[in-house]
Amino acid sequence: MVDTLYPGVGLAAASLLRRSGADVVFPDGQTCCGQPALNAGYRNDARRVARHFVDIFHPPLDDGTIDAIVAPSGSCVAMVKHQYPRLFEDDDPYRRRAIEIGDVTYELTQYLADYLGFAPGDARYAGKITYHPCCHLLRELGIDAQPRQLLAKIQDAELVELPDAEECCGFGGVFAIKNAEISTAMGRRKAKNLAASGADVVALCDVSCMTHLNGIRARDGYSCRAVHVAELLAGSPESEPADQEPADEEYPDAG
Amino acid sequence: MPVDVAAPYAVRVRQALADDALRAALDRATEHLRDRRAQAVAAVDFHRLRDQTRAARCYAIEHLPDLLEQLEGNLIANGCQVHWARDAAEAVGTVLDIAGVHSVSDVVKSKSMVTEEIGLNDALQRSGIDVVETDLGEFIVQLAGEPPSHIITPVIHKRIEDISALFGEKLGTPPTTDPAELCAAARRELRSEFLVADMGISGCNFAIAETGTICVVTNEGNGRMVTSLPPVYVAIVGIEKVVRRVEDAVLLWQAASRSATGQDVSVYFSLCSGPRRRGDADGPDEMHVILLDNGRSRILERRYGDAALCIRCGACINVCPVYREIGGHTYGRTPYSGPIGAVITPLLEYDPRAARELPFASSLCGACRDVCPAKIDLPRLLLDLRSDLVERRASPIGERAAVRAYASFVRRPALYRVLASAARRFARFARALPPLRTWARTRELPRFAPQRFADLWRERRDDGTGSDEE
Repeated sequence: MVDTLYPGVGLAAASLLRRSGADVVFPDGQTCCGQPALNAGYRNDARRVARHFVDIFHPPLDDGTIDAIVAPSGSCVAMVKHQYPRLFEDDDPYRRRAIEIGDVTYELTQYLADYLGFAPGDARYAGKITYHPCCHLLRELGIDAQPRQLLAKIQDAELVELPDAEECCGFGGVFAIKNAEISTAMGRRKAKNLAASGADVVALCDVSCMTHLNGIRARDGYSCRAVHVAELLAGSPESEPADQEPADEEYPDAG
Repeated sequence: MPVDVAAPYAVRVRQALADDALRAALDRATEHLRDRRAQAVAAVDFHRLRDQTRAARCYAIEHLPDLLEQLEGNLIANGCQVHWARDAAEAVGTVLDIAGVHSVSDVVKSKSMVTEEIGLNDALQRSGIDVVETDLGEFIVQLAGEPPSHIITPVIHKRIEDISALFGEKLGTPPTTDPAELCAAARRELRSEFLVADMGISGCNFAIAETGTICVVTNEGNGRMVTSLPPVYVAIVGIEKVVRRVEDAVLLWQAASRSATGQDVSVYFSLCSGPRRRGDADGPDEMHVILLDNGRSRILERRYGDAALCIRCGACINVCPVYREIGGHTYGRTPYSGPIGAVITPLLEYDPRAARELPFASSLCGACRDVCPAKIDLPRLLLDLRSDLVERRASPIGERAAVRAYASFVRRPALYRVLASAARRFARFARALPPLRTWARTRELPRFAPQRFADLWRERRDDGTGSDEE
């Protein structure tokens, strides 16, 4: 999703890692971790995709080219760390490699805060920011303090609390399609809380939840926009990105 | 319009989401229960309580056959009659037989999800037996002609003003929003029922193997009346309810109370070990215990043993953001709703496809796992169930083809590059496909970026600017 929909998030993440002293490589051939398939109940297909992921990332890890794998998405990291070991049987050679990969896979804000000691740069945002802890980040990875610490370093920004912050936004992968109406109802509840927070933007660490919330925002017309934490930290949240604005001439068939 | 539990899933969802009164009731009640629970678990070493709870339940499930035999032996030694029932039909048949022997015409019941599971009330009524639910919540849903919508708070889907209107219509009471007044009205109705009843039927929270004791947890005392007042008492016990010893039952009582309603312990904890003995002041003349399987051993055979650890506290339901939108009736005819219901309902079925929608009715947010006193990893069980269903060909062909296509192309980087780079051109076409069309009904779709990250990255690397500067 970052690759095709939100390259700005990827560039911001890479920029933050570099500024914190990390050497960033982007292995060619990487695509997706397989979470969509597993989430929809296709564990055999997910296993095939996971093998590809392991094939791409294990060699550079093995030969010391890379020390860590960092992703700007809590749910992808949770997939690699927690679901990969379950996908491979004990006697599958991929299992050991998958576990080795999982051991050094980190979510972006976690890696920045805990391993690189990310220094407050010149990130500036003149407005109110609230934070939504995405479910897999919060509950599968236990990451909450790191993104909040990082956001607190942004100059000129006022951090405001989000009521019922820990309640799911309603995305949930295949749930957003198979149970679109319930998913939207949950998103609208989140939107109400976002409005109550008074924030101009809500920062989060998963582009899928961001897509869901901004999709509802564009349709229902509430003001608080979802942005990835990396974009705020890199000082590059596109002022008002073209994505997910109500359909224009480019897609006349929308709606 | 209330949710029709017999309607197809999609219809039930639509009915629930359109019912503002339902959602107002759910909001109010689940928030209250969640707050109460949070306070009650903060008052103790909840980590320890959870570890102990899980250990006690794991012991019971791992030693299930032995404990059940021990339970049976001790119940018989206490003077009870023990019946084994493989399925709902056998259990219902046994109750009807017992009722026949004693020419039973009036039954009082304590709240019991297992009797909902086996459809006991309908069967009794069809045989001309009058059945009265004596738990206040169950009394209300019975009055309304509805099934319960929550395993602990069966009438959670109604606001107090709805209940007042119902009482006015059925019992002729004046309108009131005072719970005590409504409770008093129910009490007046119920008192006479207790006095004429010739059979009491309850479920069971814990069955203690070492003593042969049936434990019933209530807050109103109706359970104790049901188990002690009528001459014949029948307890229907799911086989997974067995625990090893008294200490385990007391532990689980506390874990369930804190998790369910935020109480230190429930108001009543009725322990019934047998019929009235010579010299006892009260108690039934006869006590029957029906040990019911009805799919429970299948849960273990299907390697979902964790689901059998559940102590039915309902904490997972109260924190579930999906349940909060749709309520219990949207889960269908099953009395088990919320995350645990989405797991055990299909598992209790001979063919899990009979409830194929339920494992997908979750955003897998994990709030349920965090509150479960038995530490059941509900999201993992839901994921496993999804895959089991897909492997039983329960998913649409188009979906299978789409996932297969996805898995193929993301494993072929060259193909992925071509398709991802061209994605913008296909966007209009893709919007017409079912998944995106469904998405776009309520939400705008994101746009593909003019350039992929991989390309931007390569350009920056190649022209030496790196990506340090915007």
